[in-house]
Amino acid sequence: MAEPMKIRAKMVDGAAHIFVLMIHPMETGQRKDPRSGQAYPAHFIQSFTATINDRPVLNMQCGPAISKNPVFGFRVRDAKTGDKLVVTWEDNKGEKSRAEATIA
Amino acid sequence: MNHLRRLVLKGGAGGGALACALAAGLLRPTRAHAAEWNKAAFESKTLADALKHVGADAAAESADIHIKAPEVAENGAVIPIEVTCRMAGAESIALLAEKNPFPLMAHAALANGTEGYLNTRFKMGQSSVVKVVVKAGGKHYIASREIKVTIGGCGG
Repeated sequence: MAEPMKIRAKMVDGAAHIFVLMIHPMETGQRKDPRSGQAYPAHFIQSFTATINDRPVLNMQCGPAISKNPVFGFRVRDAKTGDKLVVTWEDNKGEKSRAEATIA
Repeated sequence: MNHLRRLVLKGGAGGGALACALAAGLLRPTRAHAAEWNKAAFESKTLADALKHVGADAAAESADIHIKAPEVAENGAVIPIEVTCRMAGAESIALLAEKNPFPLMAHAALANGTEGYLNTRFKMGQSSVVKVVVKAGGKHYIASREIKVTIGGCGG
């Protein structure tokens, strides 16, 4: 099971500023094991979605070029304090994670 | 015997319900609201191919896209890049690094009041021009920025 995400969601100047931190190795498939010379198999988050009160607001497709333990920051207008934020990700091995937060 | 009968009944009912749901389109086999991963675009090895696959081969240069990133990144494995677009109605943001093994780094679709803003940390193998493609009002706009990398972040 994937590690829990960390979420910060706060209203700033009429827009929800959202930061999500995920714990994920984001292995590119390019890095090689120095002993065996074999490449480590790719393992990275492919899609990240966010919804606010069940409205989809962000649907991000990612390649392996996102850094290890990714941080995604985005801003949403038409949101208010108390709205429910749900974020999910799925990686290339089919692992999934989901987290919820309330906009402060 | 009785146990088996119960299992069979349960299995049959469950399967039937699932088939109905599938037929009614309630339960789609793919992810509910996430678009399918754009494999062709992410596996493109050249910038031109990747741009074509995100539909932005005829993008116009724009000064309204602001890319905030370090000029010299010491560690290519963690490069914070912040994109802000000042044009109204941004629908998607794509980031590409010209010299990465796979140039397309991320492609975000924005909806329902999400601003044209994205802040993420990327990996880059070597110094390269980073291009940001923003789709707004059905048109594609592009901006570039060079980032120098002292230690590559693709491993080796």
